[in-house]
Amino acid sequence: MPAAGLTLFDTIWDDHRVNVESTPGGGPDTLYIDLHLIHEVTSPQAFSILRDRGIKLRHPDQTMATMDHSTPSTPPGPDGKYIIENPDAEIQLAALESNCADFGVPLYPMGHENQGIVHVTAPELGLVQPGMTIVCGDSHTATHGAFGALAFGIGTSQVAHVFATQCLLANRPKTFEITIDGTLQPGVSAKDVILSVIARIGTEAGTGHVFEYTGSTIRAMSMEERMTVTNMSIEGGATAGLIQPDDTTFDYLEGREFAPRGAAFDAAVADWRRRFQPANGTYEQCVSFNADEMEPMITYGTNPGMGMPVRDVVPDPTDFKNKSDRVSFQRALDYMQFEPGKPLLGHPVDVVFVGSCTNSRLSDLRDAAGLMDGRKVKDGVRMLVVPGSRRVKAAAEREGLDQIFIRAGAEWREPGCSMCLAMNGDLIEPGQLSVSTSNRNFEGRQGKRGRTVLASPLTAAACAVTGVITDVRELL
Amino acid sequence: METLTSPVMFLPIDNIDTDRIIPARFLITTKIKGLGRHFFNDWTHASSSHENAKILVAGHNFGCGSSREHAVWALADYGIEAVVSTKFADIFHANALRNRLVPVVVEAADHARLVTTLEDDPESTITIDYDARRLTCGDLEISFTAAISDIGTDESETPGGEELEALLSQSHLIDGHEAAHKARVNTMGNG
Repeated sequence: MPAAGLTLFDTIWDDHRVNVESTPGGGPDTLYIDLHLIHEVTSPQAFSILRDRGIKLRHPDQTMATMDHSTPSTPPGPDGKYIIENPDAEIQLAALESNCADFGVPLYPMGHENQGIVHVTAPELGLVQPGMTIVCGDSHTATHGAFGALAFGIGTSQVAHVFATQCLLANRPKTFEITIDGTLQPGVSAKDVILSVIARIGTEAGTGHVFEYTGSTIRAMSMEERMTVTNMSIEGGATAGLIQPDDTTFDYLEGREFAPRGAAFDAAVADWRRRFQPANGTYEQCVSFNADEMEPMITYGTNPGMGMPVRDVVPDPTDFKNKSDRVSFQRALDYMQFEPGKPLLGHPVDVVFVGSCTNSRLSDLRDAAGLMDGRKVKDGVRMLVVPGSRRVKAAAEREGLDQIFIRAGAEWREPGCSMCLAMNGDLIEPGQLSVSTSNRNFEGRQGKRGRTVLASPLTAAACAVTGVITDVRELL
Repeated sequence: METLTSPVMFLPIDNIDTDRIIPARFLITTKIKGLGRHFFNDWTHASSSHENAKILVAGHNFGCGSSREHAVWALADYGIEAVVSTKFADIFHANALRNRLVPVVVEAADHARLVTTLEDDPESTITIDYDARRLTCGDLEISFTAAISDIGTDESETPGGEELEALLSQSHLIDGHEAAHKARVNTMGNG
């Protein structure tokens, strides 16, 4: 039984404190990390720190590496080799390969059946389990909170700390409950839920906090939908976001490669049920939402908090009392070339991107393909569909989803982060407007002076076929 | 810590994210040094800046977005030693402290006064007295209480080097934790 007054977060944190004698408020805790995920971009300097200091990597068996950020999304040549146009990317990918070989870390390189976006691959392999602590040099590590694991992004120097000691120093965050009750209406998806949450609370409300998502809407979600929600916790300012593990979690895990098997699995489930019962603790902050009222969402500005229901008009900067808010808001609209008081419906779209650790799983691709079946990508629109992992790609191809996209005129690509952050050469041109299922609409995120509108896979697919910002409910 | 006096890089924009500080395409490197040349690479709203500025005055909620420590490395490589804002994103804040970049948190009202002072005279210099937790700019004097977290800045040459030493010194505690929780960790080794 969890002790009275403890939240899911408290239970996991206390379970992993190595410095058991310390008292809350007495400086940082030493937190034990069960699983460390690494990729090519934020790990090389950390390996260098180990080498410089002559330190061994403490637990290669609790570390998993894959390649995702700077990998090409174009298929390999006839010789099976991937064509990497940027020589620096080639160096970075080669560095991960040699670092993993030198320190004994299991690596899923390009072409491997387990390769993919680290936040897609680790859960589908069953590596992410309830009650774990998980870190990665990547802010979207919050994704894994969907399993009731405490998972958060860290900087590269902390990657070195975890390599060396399997621990890191961390100040205990506060807790913030986000309750979502009710039933989502047709055309409204998990992405719209988290965009609605961030539009209301803003991009910094979660700073210093861990979110815990509760309520009937969350309980009714699949694991993939839950991952879409927890993934964007960082966009609300929280480094982690948790969901109570339940039968949906356990059913998802059963039979996966790295999950316990047979009697061991039954014992693990019994243990998870016992340790992570519905929270009876209190949270420092709470906010609640009614899912019945949620609508398909889009963003109109340059941070994920600048979102609105797709049929709304762009807010007016003069509504802000505070001058600094007003100036920043106006700047964002100037950058986006959107006018206050006007709707975005019907606004022309140049590029549609379906992918990223937020929305590149099989259910996301099914959503987009379902809408596009028998329809065409509008002339003049480029649509890129990038599955989150090689397993997702294979599963989608078994269902024929790739053929639906290709027939519609979309590009079906190799797994990776791709156009979410435009590191691998997949980018939008200056001034182009992209409707993207990714997580960040920051200035230049998808390419220098590119403009990004965040949306769900359903909304993105609807925009691809109409060529303009569209309310997907009109096409259902 | 000593006192820092410097002309100012003045970017009073809210929510400056780490993609703006250094776009992702410049993270294709295996090194720490040299990122300063990509600092604010795609910035289209440059306000005022002095070549020798060691203090950046930004708007609210600085460093949100990605966990990339490269953002801090780019700032430091460019020569910035302190950033003044009303709030910093958690991961950026922690990364900054590990690289001797000081996040100076001031109250919103004080920040507004500082912005007005710098708008009136962009040539103003700022002096930050870390021990007294006081920032002065012309006639304006601001106290700050939340500048440096309880950890303090990590003074090691290696990013996070002091923390690394602290963690290595706890290896007996870590051994003990692992022995007590052996059955619980089920990762790559068990596949």
